[in-house]
Amino acid sequence: MSNSGNPNSSDPAITSQPTRLTGAETLWATMVGEGVRDVFGYPGGAILPAYDALRKFPIRHILVRHEQGAAHMADGYARASGRVGVAVATSGPGATNLVTGIANAMLDSIPIVCVTGQVSSKVLGTDAFQEVDITGITLPVTKHNYLVSRTEDIAPALREAFRVAQSGRPGPVLVDITKDAQQNSAIFDFEAAAPAPYRPHPMLRADSTSIREALDLLRTAKRPVILAGHGILHSRAFEQVRTLAERGQIPVACTLLGLTAFPASHPLNLGMMGMHGESWVNQAIQQADVLIACGMRFDDRVTGALATYAPNAKKIHIEIDPAEINKNVRVDVALIGDLKEVLETLLPLLPKRDGAPWLDAISAMKGDAAVRDIQQLPDNGHLYAAHVMHDLWRETNGDAIVVTDVGQHQMWEAQYYKHDRPHSLITSGGLGTMGFALPAAIGAKVACPDREVWVVAGDGGFQMTSPELSTIAQENLNINIAIVNNGYLGMVRQWQEFFYDKNYESTPLLSPDFVKLADAHGIHGAHVRKRGEVISTVQAARKHDGAFLIDFHVEQEDSVYPMIPAGAALHEMIRRPAGNPLVETASKA
Amino acid sequence: MLHTFVALVEDKPGVLTRVASLFRRLNINITSLTVGNTEREEISRMTIVAEAAEDRAHRIMASLYKLENVLEVDDVGRHSAVVRELALLKVVCTPETRADLFQLAEVFHARIVDLAPESLMLEITGSASKIEGLVQILVQSNHKILEMARTGRMAMRRGHHTSRVVEALSDITPGSESVLAGKPKHVALDLIAEEDHA
Ligand SMILES: Cc1cc2nc3c(=O)[nH]c(=O)nc-3n(C[C@H](O)[C@H](O)[C@H](O)COP(=O)(O)OP(=O)(O)OC[C@H]3O[C@@H](n4cnc5c(N)ncnc54)[C@H](O)[C@@H]3O)c2cc1C
Ligand SMILES: Cc1ncc(C[n+]2csc(CCOP(=O)(O)OP(=O)(O)O)c2C)c(N)n1
Ligand SMILES: [Mg+2]
Repeated sequence: MSNSGNPNSSDPAITSQPTRLTGAETLWATMVGEGVRDVFGYPGGAILPAYDALRKFPIRHILVRHEQGAAHMADGYARASGRVGVAVATSGPGATNLVTGIANAMLDSIPIVCVTGQVSSKVLGTDAFQEVDITGITLPVTKHNYLVSRTEDIAPALREAFRVAQSGRPGPVLVDITKDAQQNSAIFDFEAAAPAPYRPHPMLRADSTSIREALDLLRTAKRPVILAGHGILHSRAFEQVRTLAERGQIPVACTLLGLTAFPASHPLNLGMMGMHGESWVNQAIQQADVLIACGMRFDDRVTGALATYAPNAKKIHIEIDPAEINKNVRVDVALIGDLKEVLETLLPLLPKRDGAPWLDAISAMKGDAAVRDIQQLPDNGHLYAAHVMHDLWRETNGDAIVVTDVGQHQMWEAQYYKHDRPHSLITSGGLGTMGFALPAAIGAKVACPDREVWVVAGDGGFQMTSPELSTIAQENLNINIAIVNNGYLGMVRQWQEFFYDKNYESTPLLSPDFVKLADAHGIHGAHVRKRGEVISTVQAARKHDGAFLIDFHVEQEDSVYPMIPAGAALHEMIRRPAGNPLVETASKA
Repeated sequence: MLHTFVALVEDKPGVLTRVASLFRRLNINITSLTVGNTEREEISRMTIVAEAAEDRAHRIMASLYKLENVLEVDDVGRHSAVVRELALLKVVCTPETRADLFQLAEVFHARIVDLAPESLMLEITGSASKIEGLVQILVQSNHKILEMARTGRMAMRRGHHTSRVVEALSDITPGSESVLAGKPKHVALDLIAEEDHA
């Protein structure tokens, strides 16, 4: 149970003067000093000294059901709040269970700190009970990691870990602490343990020459498009990107992770680009003469075939990580630095321009696809996931934090839930980790208890981490859960339909009665089988004080359109077929 | 193209693994790698030679810099530099071949550092091509090489150039032409400005 408000809370002055503490106490005292209020974890032998000391500190510990969940919770916590998320696990299997969650945070550049217990320094390297080389294992999936075997090194390592996790391009950091280091004592001096100041990557470059080149391209651009990415969220450059778009009358296309970086309702927002982006967004990119990439890394889901990607566009890349420049797409001007700072330098020099002809051209590309609201379609008795997302958006006023899993439902959420608030979509982009949603939503809710939080998960992915329902119950968290239940590993089934002659090998999926499963955890729930029931059930879930699970039994063989087949050019998309009662009729791209 | 990277790294356990792991991840074979002490106690110097296309070399450098323990990286092949390698060669040596071997050693400025009844050991320092030249001659003259050990390259730029990042560790002075100079965070250091032309 939670330790928040524990009367045994340590003296907050603990960080203000040097004191003799055990390593275990040092661990928590350092966290308190770093502003940590919540951690997600699971105990075991090698981390037991730390757990023994936990009660003395004003830190809430959320007991998870699987350490993968702890890492995802820390991840969701960080995405929702911008603060560093913390996960704790024991050595051996506890540590290895974290790995998927750490890799997920790595690929999406999320600042989390994972603390693992390790066997005593005296037996390191001897295959002691529950010993694994977790710093070795996580080396390629952490931004940095530490093996700490001396009590006096705990505070400096941990403080540096927090700095590394948040600075520059953020990422996960792991601190592995031997059991004896936790048990022994040393003088704890928070101030003296301060890390060296952040050293910017020495290859950062946004000099006057490149700024001038970028401005020249922007001034003469006829068909510019802004590519808005996740880096806008990291940099908190919302205002700057908005000014860039508005002053230059430049349309904005968002990556999946950049969807909340620019308001969906803004007239210049085109929507999501890439594999499942709407056709006009990708066409605009293909026809563009200048692309301004803001904190996005030209992922392969975004570019399609590189050889044919935006062939006529000069590319300006504003990016904090020099290793991303020219990695996938050759750029003409690289402005390497923090997005907000670069834009603040550039914007005062940017003249207003008339964007009307190009914006009109894009509107024409939209045709009637955009105005045809799926809500207007007659109810044909079927329940489509798109309906669910659309109605969920309407009912929550687009104001909820939506945490998705991975698969078709994730793409439908991206297409039909319109996000106007930054950080209101939490989704696994780079690693595409099924099982992410439920634990990440727990992290988001703990970080932002006053926000409405919705899980949107598939029947497959939900079952990967569904034991965390127990965590929701134990922590009494008010989280709403929407399962988009299509009886398939839908995204894979879709690939089998398109590219493997409908050979639905190993994708039909039997699931438990999710409502009964919720009930077994003391969580309320309801089944929804018809479109007419969607809104009332969503309302019931929102009204209910406490967690609520809705099992939406949607059309089983529905597919996500449009779709760019892997390796095809961005404009060669598979459009919605005429027979689909959903929205557009098929047309040549 | 063969690149010679010089990396100054913190002298701590595991740093070599991090550097090596980066090359493995990029699927780039390391031709040679030497590690040793520097003028500063807490810093080691690695010279890494690897075959990589130009754009990959840029990425290797940028990625090396992302490692927390890496302080400075230089692609010395882009500059005039002294590049040296040391080799030890154990060669079969009989009374009949001794004179020839002594002569070869003299021509190549190699030193004879051990003499045994049936073999001798040559020590040679120089560019890789000089060492390969000696090896080739030995083979062509039917001298049997029993053992060979090469250090891999070490490199140092010519002239007054020194490690600027290490210098700057205590006193960071941003490049003068940077419009971002003076900003508190993520300053445009322009430290490697010249290198970036390529
Ligand atoms: C099933 C599935 C389908 C998908 N389909 C799509 C799709 O159709 N369209 C799509 O867009 N994505 C899709 N994705 C997601 C895709 O895989 C990538 O995760 C996503 O495109 C990455 O977005 P990004 O580049 O904005 O974010 P990231 O990968 O997080 O990259 C952010 C970039 O910003 C930089 N940055 C960070 N901080 C700063 C700063 N302060 N200043 C400047 N730069 C900074 C980082 O260095 C990094 O290069 C899909 C994923 C899945 C699982
Ligand atoms: C851990 C993991 N295993 C496998 C995959 C491959 N995969 C991607 S989407 C998907 C199907 C997801 O099915 P479901 O959760 O039911 O969602 P749906 O696509 O049906 O909406 C699979 C198996 C993955 N992304 N993550
Ligand atoms: Mg499914």
